[in-house]
Amino acid sequence: MRIVPQLLGAAIAAALISTPVFAAELTGTLKKIKESGTITLGHRDSSIPFSYIADATGKPVGYSHDVQLAIVEGLKKQLDMPDLKVKYNLVTSQTRIPLVQNGTVDVECGSTTNNVERQQQVDFSVGIFEIGTRLLSKKDSPYKDFADLKGKNVVTTAGTTSERILKAMNADKQMGMNVISAKDHGEAFNMLESGRAVAFMMDDALLAGEMAKAKKPTDWAVTGTPQSYEIYGCMVRKGDPDFKKAVDDAIVAYYKSGKINDTYTKWFQSPIPPKGLNLMFPMSNELKALIANPTDKAADDKPAEEKKS
Amino acid sequence: MNYNWDWSVFFKSTGVGSETYLDWFISGLGWTIAIAVVAWIVALILGSLLGVMRTLPNRFIAGIATVYVEIFRNVPLLVQLFIWYFLVPDLLPPDLQEWYKQDLNPTTSAYLSVVVCLGLFTAARVCEQVRTGIEALPRGQEAAARAMGFSMMQIYWNVLLPQAYRIIIPPLTSEFLNVFKNSSVASLIGLMELLAQTKQTAEFSANLFEAFTLATLIYFTLNMSLMLLMRLIEKKVAVPGLMSLGGK
Repeated sequence: MRIVPQLLGAAIAAALISTPVFAAELTGTLKKIKESGTITLGHRDSSIPFSYIADATGKPVGYSHDVQLAIVEGLKKQLDMPDLKVKYNLVTSQTRIPLVQNGTVDVECGSTTNNVERQQQVDFSVGIFEIGTRLLSKKDSPYKDFADLKGKNVVTTAGTTSERILKAMNADKQMGMNVISAKDHGEAFNMLESGRAVAFMMDDALLAGEMAKAKKPTDWAVTGTPQSYEIYGCMVRKGDPDFKKAVDDAIVAYYKSGKINDTYTKWFQSPIPPKGLNLMFPMSNELKALIANPTDKAADDKPAEEKKS
Repeated sequence: MNYNWDWSVFFKSTGVGSETYLDWFISGLGWTIAIAVVAWIVALILGSLLGVMRTLPNRFIAGIATVYVEIFRNVPLLVQLFIWYFLVPDLLPPDLQEWYKQDLNPTTSAYLSVVVCLGLFTAARVCEQVRTGIEALPRGQEAAARAMGFSMMQIYWNVLLPQAYRIIIPPLTSEFLNVFKNSSVASLIGLMELLAQTKQTAEFSANLFEAFTLATLIYFTLNMSLMLLMRLIEKKVAVPGLMSLGGK
């Protein structure tokens, strides 16, 4: 019976020797990526111009997707895996959090706002974009700001921060608005265009994206005082600091190299697929500040002096 | 899995007025019931009418009912809803259209669309059940009633329908439950019924599993109670010795 512990000892020794030294230090997602040789990226299908599908290949494109690819490049270097394979997994606003949590998706970059509720479930990378929540309305209409919307039909997208702000504003200021919650941005814009609502409240960058899709983009304008600022981040599994650091480092290096500016120009100030429309959406001061000082905090709990509102 | 369970989420404030998430579920349940009950009344009345039409000797009238059933049964419910919500209002005359889209409360117009859609959709299914219920009766019943000098109206009202309805209570029950489950399509046109409130809670609180667990329990309890209620009705109206109960 003496042989059992000896065999066990030999087995452990063999296992230790045969494992490359650096791999033994890896944990969590990094270990999973190293061992499987694959990383799974979560992407959206219609968050224009952040992460969306523009052609029949089914592969995502967009601003957030370019940042995501920069993360992949960073991981290739850090893990010394030039052949790291990329797998894509489409997520929706309802599935994105559970799919990150259960390990289906390793990193999700789309148009996900970093907020304190979500931080209970997932960790966020440093911010990749900052938006203000504003209005889209007809250029020649009298609806230029939130105060003009008393007693009117206003549309927003279900499950967004805009919906929450709009409903709270309606309750607090007794504005008597009819808040319509459309199932996605495209349908919300339909309701605006067909006259069911006089204004559409949403993240300004997404409004620019919807405007570009309109039959006559010049008829519409993004207007109104921003009601909140929000930072988009990439989601990673909670409690995996090594992977989060790798992701953050890759994003910060992307900012430092200045490549982020080219990416911004490519998606917000040049014609984009599929229709070759130009959003003509210059970089905001908030985003410039975020790129200069990357943070993984939600916009709400940023230090007061950084807040512009 | 790396999930942070928090069942107290339902008692937390939503940030909208002083509402808690539980308030949202309660109001959502209210809308679900309001949609389903009204749509069911529409379906039962129209479906019965169509079911009778399909069994009439007049080929033209029976044909109309058949066409209705084929159209409404073979187009997906969601497609029908989008037609009622997006397309039909655009066919109204301009003045009426303006009023419907601008002045009418958007919740009301969404509610109208979904009730009409669900009512007409379910009517096609009720129609088929009423028809089979009538056809399941022995032919002699109609002949006997006719021989006694009953009018067509009297034959259906006094002889055929009372028996047919008793036979089809079980399949009608399952249609009744289907209306409640199908009412969840309303969440896609911005009507804040139970599923819409569930999704909203999941998005706002990031507690997706708690929200959907509660919704599952509510739907389950609601449908179980309805099923028991229907079973009670079935027993109450049963006529001893009638052939529909022959198996017992």
